[in-house]
Amino acid sequence: MGNLAAITRRSFLIGSVAITGGMLIGCQSKGFSLLQRKSKDKTHLTPYIRIDQTGITIITPRADMGQGAYSVQAALVAEELDVELDDDSIQVDHGPPKPEYFNGKVLSELLPFASTDNSKWAVRLRNFTEGFSERIGLFMTGGSSTVADAHYKLRLTGAVARQLLIMAAAERSKVHKNKLKTENGHVLLPDGTKYSYVELAPEAADIKLSEEIKIDDLKLKSNCRVLGKPMQRVDMVDKCTGKQKYGIDINKDGMLYAAVRTNPRLGGKIISYDAKFAESIVGKDKVIPISGGVGVIADNTWQAFELVDSIDIKWEDASYPETSYQMWEEFENSFTPWRKKNRLKNEGNVKTALEQGDVVEANYRVPYLAHAPLEPMNATVLLEDGRLDIWVGTQIPLFVKSVAAKLTGLSEDNIHVYVEVMGGSFGRRLEDDFVCQAIELAKARPGDLIKMTWSREEDMTHDFPRTMQLAKARGVVNNGKVEAMDLKIAALSTTASQFSRTTISLPGLRMPISIPEAIIANALRKDVALVSGAWDQPFSIPNYRVTGYKVPSMVPVSSWRSVGASGNGFFHDCFLDELIHAAGADPLEERIRLCSHSVSSKVLEKVGEMSNWGSALPAGSGRGVAYTLSFGVPVAEVVEVTNTAKGIKIDKAYVVADVGKVLDPVNIENQMMGGVIWGLGHAMNAELTYKDGKAEQTNFHAYECMRMYQTPEIEICALENADEIRGIGEPTVPPAAPALANAIFAATGQRIRELPLNKHIKFI
Amino acid sequence: MADYVEINVNGVRHRLDIRHKRTPLLWILRDELKLTGTKYGCGIAQCGACTVHINGLSRRSCVTEVGELTEDDKVITIEAADSTIAKAVKESWVQHQVAQCGYCQSGQIMSATALLSKNKNPTDDDIDRVMSGNLCRCGTYPLIRKAIKTAAKSLTEANNG
Ligand code: FES
Ligand code: FES
Repeated sequence: MGNLAAITRRSFLIGSVAITGGMLIGCQSKGFSLLQRKSKDKTHLTPYIRIDQTGITIITPRADMGQGAYSVQAALVAEELDVELDDDSIQVDHGPPKPEYFNGKVLSELLPFASTDNSKWAVRLRNFTEGFSERIGLFMTGGSSTVADAHYKLRLTGAVARQLLIMAAAERSKVHKNKLKTENGHVLLPDGTKYSYVELAPEAADIKLSEEIKIDDLKLKSNCRVLGKPMQRVDMVDKCTGKQKYGIDINKDGMLYAAVRTNPRLGGKIISYDAKFAESIVGKDKVIPISGGVGVIADNTWQAFELVDSIDIKWEDASYPETSYQMWEEFENSFTPWRKKNRLKNEGNVKTALEQGDVVEANYRVPYLAHAPLEPMNATVLLEDGRLDIWVGTQIPLFVKSVAAKLTGLSEDNIHVYVEVMGGSFGRRLEDDFVCQAIELAKARPGDLIKMTWSREEDMTHDFPRTMQLAKARGVVNNGKVEAMDLKIAALSTTASQFSRTTISLPGLRMPISIPEAIIANALRKDVALVSGAWDQPFSIPNYRVTGYKVPSMVPVSSWRSVGASGNGFFHDCFLDELIHAAGADPLEERIRLCSHSVSSKVLEKVGEMSNWGSALPAGSGRGVAYTLSFGVPVAEVVEVTNTAKGIKIDKAYVVADVGKVLDPVNIENQMMGGVIWGLGHAMNAELTYKDGKAEQTNFHAYECMRMYQTPEIEICALENADEIRGIGEPTVPPAAPALANAIFAATGQRIRELPLNKHIKFI
Repeated sequence: MADYVEINVNGVRHRLDIRHKRTPLLWILRDELKLTGTKYGCGIAQCGACTVHINGLSRRSCVTEVGELTEDDKVITIEAADSTIAKAVKESWVQHQVAQCGYCQSGQIMSATALLSKNKNPTDDDIDRVMSGNLCRCGTYPLIRKAIKTAAKSLTEANNG
């Protein structure tokens, strides 16, 4: 190693290093003054580009669960490097999961600062969390953070690589570098001579950059070939021809197939089992007790499913209330001072306002929800000669590595995790429970290559669901205006539940070892997710308060596409709609009047324009608007419904979001559309309920969400007024439910305050 | 009685041990024949991810026991779906960039191909009826609808031209 051409800008160092036949180009974070603990010159490279004699590889560390992450990361590099992604010499590779590929942006969502807050402390804390993520090597895909984190890192890496190649060509040809151009993986000389990047790479590896490359040197939008233009996703052809391989599709010579059954009372143990039949078929040594259950190894997946089902098992009781009904009681009882967790919004004087006006009051609630990606959880494992290999679709490969080390006693160097393409995740693969089970099987059968697949029933009944949420809302209107809004929300703590299962020790959380880390830990303890999507909305209501209450833990819960905002957005916006109606104001105009964030106002105005807000609709039809700011992205949606004799029909949905910069208009449209359908479908039809400590919905017959016949036409628009680039995987989810409920109110006069809506009204 | 089951998949005959008689075709395809383009999503005919064609009709392979099939039943999976219609459907899918995670798309494509084989010019209602059996958790339905229409159009044009 050596020859680190250091280009500093903001917090990035971009450098290169020679390898056999070429070079690696990459970056590393410079560190942050207050968290600086390592010596400044001890740098090593995190490569994003490898150019050697086999071709050009772009490393894309954020995983693809369907959101197009591989493509968009590759495009950021391709734009600046001047290569074409459809060229055969270009490989896109997830690369090895290593701490250097930390995600610097994902934690900022947990801070008690609204994304619209750019005060000194907010900015500082966000920077702290970035440094903190680096320190703990937080390798994670999630929180709609991929593009925000990758945008400059990858573009600057591409730009530096291109400069190095140009300089190598200049040296070779003795033509001044300013006269050289690049195109499609080549440097072009004025006389038409072409040098390929691949042939230049060994020479470029020796070059030292003479000048800084800054963010300002990156291509302007108008000069971009790739970014901002419709792209062809790198995985599209494979995914539209059945060729894409997912984790569940792994087939290797000699592989065995496993299934497991564990206690459907989550976290509960197994008391005893009788597996005589299964043992008579596969042998005693292929029926394997694991934590909380038992696994069977068979010749094919079906046989494994059948045999594991044939086992007679006695389970331990649930450690939490047995029925949803009992759980709701616990939620109802949680609005007490000792369960109060935060009051992040407290403006004006809510108490006085409520005393003085006519109070509008309402209670809202939303159920548990399952992630249920279409590809069930699975993992393939081989433990042999002191080495463990794991093939798995996961958002947290390093956590997997660390838990695997704990389970096997191996050092992490001897554990290899291969991140497979995922058939959806929606947050489910932020958990490693299923991987642990596969590792337990591997431990019992060293030398056997085992693919463990969950049945859909196992998947549905062992989800870590989205928490139930309960809200008590009060408000006052005066003179046609919203005067006061007081929202109290009780929920299980997703943050606490998830952190309690992580195996990586988060130094700042358990034992603060520096002041900034203590500050971050303190911020995380505020448990923002309890109220996110409600407390952080940019409305200037004169008397405005949002309080979060933490319900004592019961069913373990996890991040579900848009996390806390998924239910809080429904509470906040529906109740705002109630107040606006009580005030006799126009739902769109009053939201715009109250909005104190110009980027958001434009989003609201745009959705009004697209939906022709205010125009007459046929009798029996209604229009609802909703707005939620989540993950830094303001989104407004308008839904139109008709109340037909057979039930409610969703005619149309309009959705507008501002993501700062659109990298791929095609993919962003797909993601926004997918989010709206996710939001609408679950709001209409889906809930996970518990009885006898077990999830009652065991498969898609009882957990439907949206199907083709209920899907409305969706019109989409992405704006670019915001300063910062943001991801769009989640933010269109929260406003979908309130927009639909508000539209149903407009069409029928019925205000539904509980999801799923089909408990109260029929859909066509 | 024969002590084996014979099936015809993608034009190739396979002789399977009789013990597989009650095994759903899906798992024979995926685990025995290593044709993993056909996906498992629910196992109870609720999601459509496992859709294949048997004698040209779309069938859920997760609830089709291989013992129900004879060697005359022609099973076609996504890997060998290369009729003019299937090709048009796949092309249209790529053109509209339908897939997100893509996991449901083999099944969607097989259902859409079967639909267009019977109905050259499906209306929205026809599409709803046939395609509502195929779940997509990523929510690609609007693009599926568009892609089916594009495929129908290109097939009609090819026929007329
Ligand atoms: S796996 Fe066959 S329909 Fe779902
Ligand atoms: S594309 Fe993911 S399930 Fe359909």
